[in-house]
Amino acid sequence: MTNFYGFYTLLLREIWRFLKVAVQTILTPVITVLLYLLIFSSVISSSRQMLPGVNYLTFLIPGLIVMAMLQNAFANSSSSLFQSRLNGNVIFVLLAPISDYEIYAAFVGAAVVRGILVGTGVWLAACGFAFVPIKHPFLALVFAVLCTSSLGALGLVSAIIADKWDHISAFQNFVIVPFSFLSGVFFSIKDLPPFWEQASHFNPFFYFVDGFRYSCLGISEIRVGMSLGVSFFFFLISSFWALWLLLRGYNLRS
Amino acid sequence: MNAIEIEDLSKSYGSLQALDKIVLAIPEGSFFALLGPNGAGKSTLINILAGLTRATSGRAAILGHDVRKEWRQARAKLGVVPQELAYDPFFTVREMLTLQSGYFGFGKENRAWLDELLETLGLAEKSDTTMNHLSGGMKRRVLIAQALVHRPPVVILDEPTAGVDVALRAQLWAFMRDLNAKGHTIILTTHYLEEAENMCETIAILDRGQLVVNTAKKELLSRHSWRQLRLQLLPASGLDLPDSLVEKQVAAPAGELLLRLHREEDHIGEVLTALAQAGIKFSDLKIHEPGLTEVYRELTDKGKNHD
Repeated sequence: MTNFYGFYTLLLREIWRFLKVAVQTILTPVITVLLYLLIFSSVISSSRQMLPGVNYLTFLIPGLIVMAMLQNAFANSSSSLFQSRLNGNVIFVLLAPISDYEIYAAFVGAAVVRGILVGTGVWLAACGFAFVPIKHPFLALVFAVLCTSSLGALGLVSAIIADKWDHISAFQNFVIVPFSFLSGVFFSIKDLPPFWEQASHFNPFFYFVDGFRYSCLGISEIRVGMSLGVSFFFFLISSFWALWLLLRGYNLRS
Repeated sequence: MNAIEIEDLSKSYGSLQALDKIVLAIPEGSFFALLGPNGAGKSTLINILAGLTRATSGRAAILGHDVRKEWRQARAKLGVVPQELAYDPFFTVREMLTLQSGYFGFGKENRAWLDELLETLGLAEKSDTTMNHLSGGMKRRVLIAQALVHRPPVVILDEPTAGVDVALRAQLWAFMRDLNAKGHTIILTTHYLEEAENMCETIAILDRGQLVVNTAKKELLSRHSWRQLRLQLLPASGLDLPDSLVEKQVAAPAGELLLRLHREEDHIGEVLTALAQAGIKFSDLKIHEPGLTEVYRELTDKGKNHD
């Protein structure tokens, strides 16, 4: 037995929540990414070939889209659930006949929606700098959903584990941001020293970026099948972690 | 059928035994008070029923639905007004109720009931106000409305009148009486014992995780054997009590005589005759019958004396 309408309402609530503060949750991230684009496109020659036949701007934009999606998907579920825990209003969901799986799906679903909205905004705005085609739209959507749902699940994990905003902020600044900056968004990992090139292969965000870049440009640093597999595996791991905490009732039910 | 059935329910947090083998049945349609001092286990018991806390052992069911095995059905039958003033700062009152109704699987068909709740609880004018702009009393009303969005047959109110002014308190109780008259089972926890005494037919008292008493209010009140007779003495009154009453005298302000009388053994008429014969004259008398407060104190103090 499922409570589909309950899940749907919670999903709607989560989307409604971030749309009520859309300047903060949609517009600001888009502008932040555009600033990156402006700065990097100014200091690095656009004619530089990052991949065969791909100049720097065209290389950069898909990476920035993924970075924006990752960070905003994480921010959405982590801030929403943690704020609900702090305010005590998470009780309204916990008292309802909504299962932990449905809670997971609603929070992660809203993170996917926000991530993709921000990603679309970045793509549209970036087209003012350089048009980036999307050669494989379905594959692009798959990577977008995999990266945003993985980070949505990690956002849930941090919101459940955290005891104060400091913890959420630490997770974001010491894990999410460094991993996304070092995932080949701004550079090709082949330009790195051998050690860091190898280390990059252990960064799951690299596979999101490279797979999405392939979906847009039709060219990538590693095989797209590999990116798809690792991305899916990371999605499973992060989802399992979030569900395990929810099912245990950790910090939610005593 | 019983609205609530609890069998051998225990909950421990490490070495702390919050609930110890509680056995309790609350009949459907009753107005029930669950009383006890802070830390007695009331909130733990409510949280187990609501699915917020998992029992260490034992079983609890709401209208026959086990709160663990049939948790969806159990939660659908239960409305809980939490003690804490929790609210969602992003949404208006109406939006909050619409969302809460949706969590329980109700859509637009429930709109008329939500309007009725807003009207009855005096929230209609504030329905488009965001929660963080409401006063404490208004937030409390919203909590009550949220607990009722799915028309639960069993309603638990955990300290619903804490910090609520007298007028709103009266309004809330009228509303609860009305709900009870319509067949809803109401379970109340409160520190205002007069509220429990006025509203509830059955009273259970928890003390340090154990159920001290669970009985009809009348029976509970009659358990307290003592009442007080207070006499306002005239200046010319004698002060020598007859021997039969000396042991019954308790300390009183100057000009007053206070006697602690057994409800069944000491007949007021005989006591007054004995006083008159002893030359004790008075201008006024008052008899104080024991209320829930006295019974509650006696029952919860008893345990403390055994520490």
